[in-house]
Amino acid sequence: MIERTPLLNVTTYIVLCIGALMVFIPLWLVFVGATLTVREINIPELHLIPGNHLFENLSAAWERGHLGERLTNSLIMSLGVATGKVAMSAITAFGLVYFRFPGRMLIFWLIFITLMLPLEVRIVPTYAVAANALWPFQSILDATGISGIIASLTGIQLALEWNLLNSYTGLILPLIATATGTFLYRQFFLTVPDELLEAARMDGAGPFRFLTEFLIPLSRANMAALFTIMFLYAWNQYLWPLLATPDRAGFGTTAVVELKMLAPNVSTTGGGTPDWNVAMAGCLIVMLPPLLLVAFMQRYFVRGLIATEK
Amino acid sequence: MAAVSLSAVSKKFGPNTVVDKVDLAIEAGEFVVILGPSGCGKSTLLRMIAGLEATSDGEIQIGDVVVNDLEPRARGCAMVFQNYALYPHMTVAENIGYALKVAGLPKADRIARIQSVAQMLGLGEFLDRKPMQLSGGQRQRVAMGRAMIREPKVFLYDEPLSNLDARLRVAMRAEIRRLHQRLGTTSLFVTHDQVEAMTLADRIVVMNQGRIEQIGTPDEIYRRPASAYVASFIGSPGLNLLRVNVSTNDGHIKFGDGQLLAYDRKIWKNLQDGPVTFGFRAEEARLASDGRGLSIRFSFSEELGSSRLIYGAVADEEAVLMIDHDEKFSADETAALSIPNSAMQFFSAETGRRIS
Ligand SMILES: Nc1ncnc2c1ncn2[C@@H]1O[C@H](COP(=O)(O)OP(=O)(O)OP(=O)(O)O)[C@@H](O)[C@H]1O
Ligand SMILES: [Mg+2]
Repeated sequence: MIERTPLLNVTTYIVLCIGALMVFIPLWLVFVGATLTVREINIPELHLIPGNHLFENLSAAWERGHLGERLTNSLIMSLGVATGKVAMSAITAFGLVYFRFPGRMLIFWLIFITLMLPLEVRIVPTYAVAANALWPFQSILDATGISGIIASLTGIQLALEWNLLNSYTGLILPLIATATGTFLYRQFFLTVPDELLEAARMDGAGPFRFLTEFLIPLSRANMAALFTIMFLYAWNQYLWPLLATPDRAGFGTTAVVELKMLAPNVSTTGGGTPDWNVAMAGCLIVMLPPLLLVAFMQRYFVRGLIATEK
Repeated sequence: MAAVSLSAVSKKFGPNTVVDKVDLAIEAGEFVVILGPSGCGKSTLLRMIAGLEATSDGEIQIGDVVVNDLEPRARGCAMVFQNYALYPHMTVAENIGYALKVAGLPKADRIARIQSVAQMLGLGEFLDRKPMQLSGGQRQRVAMGRAMIREPKVFLYDEPLSNLDARLRVAMRAEIRRLHQRLGTTSLFVTHDQVEAMTLADRIVVMNQGRIEQIGTPDEIYRRPASAYVASFIGSPGLNLLRVNVSTNDGHIKFGDGQLLAYDRKIWKNLQDGPVTFGFRAEEARLASDGRGLSIRFSFSEELGSSRLIYGAVADEEAVLMIDHDEKFSADETAALSIPNSAMQFFSAETGRRIS
């Protein structure tokens, strides 16, 4: 319902402005904080005007937080999650919508159930699996007594181990294994008219061609949206990278986890003045890549939303 | 070009039999129109031939090959869909050439064939547009081009003209007919519009509730409808149908209100005493100048330009008459109709089949 009266317009603008301010003010405070000196930021008063120490603070944060390496880690992890998620969702939804096979509904519901199990809920078993991805198989072998038989026959004690901690695989895989994207794609595939599939079949296209030459090009806007959302989701992860990267000196961790280390505490300042200005500068740096991605991708999915091609 | 033959083809959706033991033999190069009301199973029949729907029973043959278990692409049919089903993300050229791309034809050959098809359909200047940027008639042509370019053995059309406005429909109808004359491809055309059927078909297949009522040339179907159902469906207006009682002894039929009409017993030998359905064409009955004949009470008229339709009632059953434009008549008057023996048709009251 679109109604236009002057009063309504004014009210709409006021509400929008208040909303925008509420989002913008904290960001502005972070930016201002990142431009001050240690002394200035610790004076108990609210700074609203930027100082002129931005670049010092940025480079201090960059060095102290090893942000070069951390951002690389974050970038690889987020790209991996976003790409993996898009690919997996498209393929599973394709299978669910376009093929009739036994157990299809069962698989559908199994996937559906994972919606109720976000990473935070299953973090302990996920950690156990990541620590040794072959552990579930080992347990099955142990429980069924097969490893005992192997041991007595060959004298080899079976110990399957594949540690995923401190690796990109370990960071990425658990975040891919959720159903949200599958549902997005399923919904989209269900809106594709049957006649398109039939026309393509008459023209001789098989399932693979239909996926790559029809569904994927048609779902470009969906893909851009899902990719962006998943990139942000992965980039902002805190709990999982914190657990999955215990080797801080070697593999390191992600940029967002590292921010925690940049925040002043007794061990970093050694009891000196807390340097929030550097932490704020770190925040600015870590915020930048997702911001750029959204700015870049939004053209695609906004265009996709406006020019809906049936 | 290939012959198509169906023997005892049926389709069930759950308990519903949608197509019921259809036998149909289409000769190579023939243009056959499947005509029937909405929901009678026309599309289903066509889709079974295309391979988009599995048959529940029976055998479909294209050329010499039984195609029941073949994929659509292996059957050599091309289909034009009711709402065209153009590929929205491809240009007109890509739409038309897609089948060739799938078939792995080199690009240069593809372009040449797309050009020649586009030429034939007058689509030359639209090749780089997307379907969204075309008018309904142009989209229709693209759909035709997409089917033509494969040089299929059989063309299948599922109500391809029903989304066009009246004038465009007539123009496209002529175009389809012209294309068929030029290419000579066996064609099956589904429609519920009897004018389309009459103008396009070499032979018409009239369907009703999943069964074939009659197969015949447009002329046969118009002149000698095999059943009351076909008679009422074909022609505009359809055949007038009135319930009467035959008396073979006296050689007349008796209408509901007691009026009598004599018929020639030498022509109608197979008539038996009892109720039958009596039919006559609106354009074959005349207003009797001497006032003797079947009495009809007029209620209103429709102007057709060269002629006019007058609606009325004979023995409380609706009847239509077509008269010349300058013939005089006034509403709410009673007149007498003369119906020659050559214009009379009779159908069984129970089965609706024709009595000859
Ligand atoms: N997939 C399906 N499942 C169940 N019933 C179906 C299915 N497809 C068609 N039907 C039924 O089969 C009957 C015939 O359908 P069909 O589409 O062949 O009709 P039609 O003659 O083409 O009608 P129209 O002129 O309206 O297109 C209809 O009653 C329809 O409800
Ligand atoms: Mg239909």
